[in-house]
Amino acid sequence: MTATAYAPARAATRSVRRRPSLARLTLVELRKMTDTRAGFWLLLVIAVVAVGMVVIQLVTGDPAGRSLAAIFGGTLVPAGVLLPVLGILSATGEFSQRTALTTFTLVPVRARTVAAKLAASVLLALALTVVCLAASAVGNLLVGTAVEGNGSWSIGAAALGTGALYEVIVVVTGVGFGMLLMNTPLAIVASFVLPTIWGVLTAFVSAIRPVASWLDSSGTLGPLTSGHLTGEGWAKIAATVAVWAALPLAAGCVRLARREIS
Amino acid sequence: MIEAKNLSKRYGDALAVDDVSFHCEPGTVTGFLGPNGAGKSTTMRMVCGLTRPTTGSAAVTGVPYHRLPNPGREVGVLLDASAMHDGRTGRETLALSTRTMGIGDDRVEEMLRAVELDGPPARRRVRGYSLGMRQRLGIAHALLGDPRVLILDEPANGLDPEGIAWMRGLLRDFADRGGTVLLSSHLLREVEAVADRIIVIGGGRLVASGRTDELLAASGVLVRALDPAALEAALTASGIAYTASGAGAVIADADAESVGWAAAGAGVVLLELRPADSMGLEAMFFQLTSGATTEDPTELEAAR
Repeated sequence: MTATAYAPARAATRSVRRRPSLARLTLVELRKMTDTRAGFWLLLVIAVVAVGMVVIQLVTGDPAGRSLAAIFGGTLVPAGVLLPVLGILSATGEFSQRTALTTFTLVPVRARTVAAKLAASVLLALALTVVCLAASAVGNLLVGTAVEGNGSWSIGAAALGTGALYEVIVVVTGVGFGMLLMNTPLAIVASFVLPTIWGVLTAFVSAIRPVASWLDSSGTLGPLTSGHLTGEGWAKIAATVAVWAALPLAAGCVRLARREIS
Repeated sequence: MIEAKNLSKRYGDALAVDDVSFHCEPGTVTGFLGPNGAGKSTTMRMVCGLTRPTTGSAAVTGVPYHRLPNPGREVGVLLDASAMHDGRTGRETLALSTRTMGIGDDRVEEMLRAVELDGPPARRRVRGYSLGMRQRLGIAHALLGDPRVLILDEPANGLDPEGIAWMRGLLRDFADRGGTVLLSSHLLREVEAVADRIIVIGGGRLVASGRTDELLAASGVLVRALDPAALEAALTASGIAYTASGAGAVIADADAESVGWAAAGAGVVLLELRPADSMGLEAMFFQLTSGATTEDPTELEAAR
């Protein structure tokens, strides 16, 4: 180790006065979500679940229901089960591993990092939708040859769009809970348990059902994967997103902006 | 340059940092001294925009830290070498930051070589690093963007003597090329060898600041005589204050010439007469900080 071993890299002075773009920060966040063992295995497990759901649908259920659209719709919810964890880890990892100290000294405007994490999470949710579609297509190839079934290839753009929207809502909910609680186990438990408790209450307490059903995410978001959407359905989705995703995210942003990073 | 103006930070009832002002000029190394829990880290976090000051403000290269467009290219920060992702390799830790700053990956290899973490250590996960290795990786990280300002919190922690000497050389060289360095330590000896200026903080308050040589001079001279009692009488007679320093020596609060004249006048034979240097500054440091540290630092931590 000699004092003069490092040479100044002043040649690249252009980047001194330029703020890192959001696209650049998003790429960094994507890399952070995939460059650790936990991140890598989580992504792999999510993809395996998507493929597994295709296989399950090929060997069980009513053969008449085996079409590209049906298989694709059947993969979305199970594949999305672990997606909130991905969003949570992106937000809470900065605090559990204390990398926030580096992240926020390099990007002092904290909202920009939040935006980059959201963008990276959304991109991964979209990528997962593509994996679901690809796995479903491979599965559908087997229908009619290896296994019995309808085997129809018709799938509407609306079904693809709502399917992708479902995964995006799920991952953004995770980022919101992670940002709000800034604690991995707490956020994971809360993001699974709170909506479940809500769903149970909605199912068993008839008095609150007309109101509570608007926020029962398993009920309100379900139509996004099956494609049966009505005007009221969309309104319920908006209400669910507002309470389970937007609210925690907004509160989390406020908390992060005020919080001391140490 | 770094400028702190009347920085204060309150946690509940505890005032962790109380009206601290200082500035660090280009071309100098400033040592930020104080016992653990004195408020050094809180002050540095306020300078770096990680902790919002209760009152006061700070600026780096003339603007508040959060206004720097690409801070990594202007300020190298190492606040805690243990705050790294355990599951990433040393190389990946640096690569993420070069991506953020928008500089080439060859800088990663260059800095890994500079801190001797190239080769196999670079491919290892940080989990397996010793504190010294983490500290070196942290220093490499701080230098990554070729900044003009360095802010380092206890960078010598965990370094071996060779590493400490290397770091001193690096900081000296950095300042001599026009850079500004602020480094904190709770050990005076670590800082006095390299710092041009010293800021001392105790109990959240600034208790001393100035050029290192001036602070050293202010700590007086060490003097030892054949007959200690006669020396003390001679010093008292000449109106020179002194404190006992063990082994029959005293530290006199005056320059060498005054002490020499006082001894000569009384016919006292001197065995030793020299600047009290680190020992005197250490005594001063201890005295300054122990006097000002009224709150229990552990209480301060708990109040967060």
